[in-house]
Amino acid sequence: MQTLYMQEFQKIVGSENVLTGAEDLYCYSYDATPGYSHLPEAVIIPENVEQVSAILKLANQHEIPVYPRGSGTNLSAGCVPLKGGIVLLMNRFDHIIDVDLENLVVVTEPGVIVADLNNLAAKHGLIYPPDPGTVATATLGGTIAENAGGLRGLKYGVSKHYVMGLEVVLANGDILHTGGRNVKDVSGYDLTKLFTGSEGTLGVITQATLKLVAAPECKKSIMAVFKNLDNAGTTVAGIIAAKITPATLEIMDNATIRTVEDYAHVGLPLDAEAVLLIEVDGMPEVVAKEADEILQVLKTNHADDIQVAQNDAERDKLWAARRAALPALAKLRPTTYVEDATVPRSKVPEFLRDVSRIAKNFNVTIGTFGHAGDGNMHPTIVCDNRDQKEMELVKQAMNEIFLSAIKLGGTLSGEHGIGLGKLPWMEQQHGSKVMDAMKSIKRALDPKLILNPGKLVGEC
Amino acid sequence: MDYVAIKEIQNKDQRLLKDIRDALAKCMKCGNCMAVCPIYKETRNEASVARGKLALIEGILSGENEISADLDHILSKCLCCKACAANCPCGVKADELIIRGRQAVVQARGLHPVKKLVFKLLSNRKLFDIALKAAGLFGPLSFKRLPRKMAAVARFPMPGIDKKRITAPFAPVPLRSRYPEVVKAANARHKVGFFTGCMINYIYTDVGDAVIHVLNHNDIEVVIPSEQHCCGTPVYVSGDKELAKSFARHIINVFENYDVEYVIAACGSCAEALKIEYPHMFQDDPTMYKRAKVLAEKTYEISEFLVDIVPFRRDDLGQILQTVTMHDPCHMARGIKVTKQPREILQAIPGLTFIEMKEADRCCGSGGSFSVANYSLSRKINDRKIKNIKESSADVVATSCGTCRMHLADGLEQNKVYIEAVHVVQLLEQSYCAGEI
Repeated sequence: MQTLYMQEFQKIVGSENVLTGAEDLYCYSYDATPGYSHLPEAVIIPENVEQVSAILKLANQHEIPVYPRGSGTNLSAGCVPLKGGIVLLMNRFDHIIDVDLENLVVVTEPGVIVADLNNLAAKHGLIYPPDPGTVATATLGGTIAENAGGLRGLKYGVSKHYVMGLEVVLANGDILHTGGRNVKDVSGYDLTKLFTGSEGTLGVITQATLKLVAAPECKKSIMAVFKNLDNAGTTVAGIIAAKITPATLEIMDNATIRTVEDYAHVGLPLDAEAVLLIEVDGMPEVVAKEADEILQVLKTNHADDIQVAQNDAERDKLWAARRAALPALAKLRPTTYVEDATVPRSKVPEFLRDVSRIAKNFNVTIGTFGHAGDGNMHPTIVCDNRDQKEMELVKQAMNEIFLSAIKLGGTLSGEHGIGLGKLPWMEQQHGSKVMDAMKSIKRALDPKLILNPGKLVGEC
Repeated sequence: MDYVAIKEIQNKDQRLLKDIRDALAKCMKCGNCMAVCPIYKETRNEASVARGKLALIEGILSGENEISADLDHILSKCLCCKACAANCPCGVKADELIIRGRQAVVQARGLHPVKKLVFKLLSNRKLFDIALKAAGLFGPLSFKRLPRKMAAVARFPMPGIDKKRITAPFAPVPLRSRYPEVVKAANARHKVGFFTGCMINYIYTDVGDAVIHVLNHNDIEVVIPSEQHCCGTPVYVSGDKELAKSFARHIINVFENYDVEYVIAACGSCAEALKIEYPHMFQDDPTMYKRAKVLAEKTYEISEFLVDIVPFRRDDLGQILQTVTMHDPCHMARGIKVTKQPREILQAIPGLTFIEMKEADRCCGSGGSFSVANYSLSRKINDRKIKNIKESSADVVATSCGTCRMHLADGLEQNKVYIEAVHVVQLLEQSYCAGEI
């Protein structure tokens, strides 16, 4: 990038907020996705929407790529500055602007950490439901842009269900305000939903109006062990058919169970084909009734062992196994790919069997755990990025996993986004016409293709 | 510089770090360290957090980066509080890898000139002793004492010390000069060596007094080897491994000359050096490793010793009518993992109300010499700690490390919070005294 532009950027945000040192640039060349990195030419740290607008205007004029970034914890290479240019670091936007208890809405800047919003909401007996595994580190801007989900997605959905309005800066510097505090709002195209999950390819989010919901009064956790995977599958179907929507309905496959047991010694039987962790929440009377019904469903579907947490300590014990799933798998090998292919929930057992078969065929280690209730699985491939031969097999296995999900009527991503990691299969899932439509939207809003170029819809 | 010369530097830099290649590869860049790094919380800059630092070290191994002055500066910005390692899902010991990075910097570029000067003085035990004794004698000329106990502020600008910073005065006479080498106890049940460390010998002699009194009160004879010296932690964490080893050798030699059952330290960092770092330093030297291991196995932090080994007398404790909260030093909480024992001591004292503060084991921001080189940053980190102390509504904050105590006292004064910072063992001493009346 020419020095001349750099001086212009320094004028906008102050020279201390334009990083160009070799070490600083290196620190923004990656995110939490293995296998992708590229040096930016500058890291620019704005603090208000006017600065973002001025930066984008200038970048657009000179066709400099811009990569918005929060904490850089995404798993789809969404922040990697693959074509050089500018990393637009949004973490100085760290104020919660308004907590509107009459409308149960919060207006916040995108650099606020999700957990910080939750801590504030908790003081008012409220929650912001999207809770990705990175809740203590990820920014709201990042989670909105990636449409992040979490463990309670079955009942509470993902980020897009909570974003009511956005302030967005377009590639040309225009500042848009979409949506607002209205519960019902059908006026025009739903641009709020369009920008939510757009992965920084359509605009830069500078403010968000988010919906909060009442914190559940009470929770009850149940863990069930199955020697037969099909029984776990019919249990999930049975719970849903009983018209119960648990907040959490998690599954772990045999590979994950063995790894977790080896690592955390929580007492899981090594021959179990599946473990389900179920949590219902809400009013105490409803929770008690639903828990009873779930126990019935478990018995009918031949669960081999059932544990019900009677208090917080017991609840923590049940959750320990699920919480250990990713760390235990990640510790096996240096490199960890956490995928999030999602299938209709009725297809979960079939998908799990496919993944086990693929792991065996290609001789790669894959543990699968995930959100059985909403079909969002996390096939987790552990390997060593430095071993090219192994990586070739990993790539092939990954390909088969995504093709299997698509074949079962599933989707490439339940909550991590597409970025670069899942781009190769986008056309297979959506078909060329849908891809064309998506690319037209990209070109309409960002004609010079400066915003996170090459991601989500690929080259346009 | 031409291409060949650059390549040569890169190759040399790579060789300095190649043994940690596998350990670095374990970092999956999830960024969980961002949630707990006290420095990142203030700067929110990727180079501040373990993920960034480890990436930079990896970049040296891949030949993309060099060991530059900027890298030196970046790696120096770490408190060694170990919060990242404790929170890492992959079990990456980032704190140790950052120190390994610093060692490579020292090998490639040499020590920072100021540190070089300080360590030169520190490595000459006799000269260091004379200098610090002089500092105690002439201290009142250069430092003004404040009403708060053990607090002083510089009368005129001093190199490396922020002019508003409250430190503790140097003792007029160091601890070890005030006691005979063997402090006998009638009917001694145990005989222990006391590793005083620098803070207790030259500054917080009140803690040293308390340790000796409390041990004597429990029928324990205390041996205070006169030739002991700094544990070497400041040198070790700065990356000068060879100099740190010479400190370790000296301490091991000195304590081998005394027939003691246990060695007691009253500072988390000193205790960690003897218990964990020394054996670690001599991993490739079987003879020294064995000797380091012997010392390591008989070393205890004072509260750990009083609770797990003695156990301390509870029949003659007197009342202390105060509310006390506890700050866990990083090297106590995540180093030697001693957090229950100090609480057990505090809770045993009649009349004392113990109350937990929020984030009791979060770093106070001191980081030893870190707070000298980065005072305003360490002040910000400390302000969060002070807020938690204040919100606990305690009268006293107890801790187990001299540099923590000094930084807490500074923060309490700067924030106008009138709460006293003391060592746990001082409260126990006070309780025994109250019991005698």
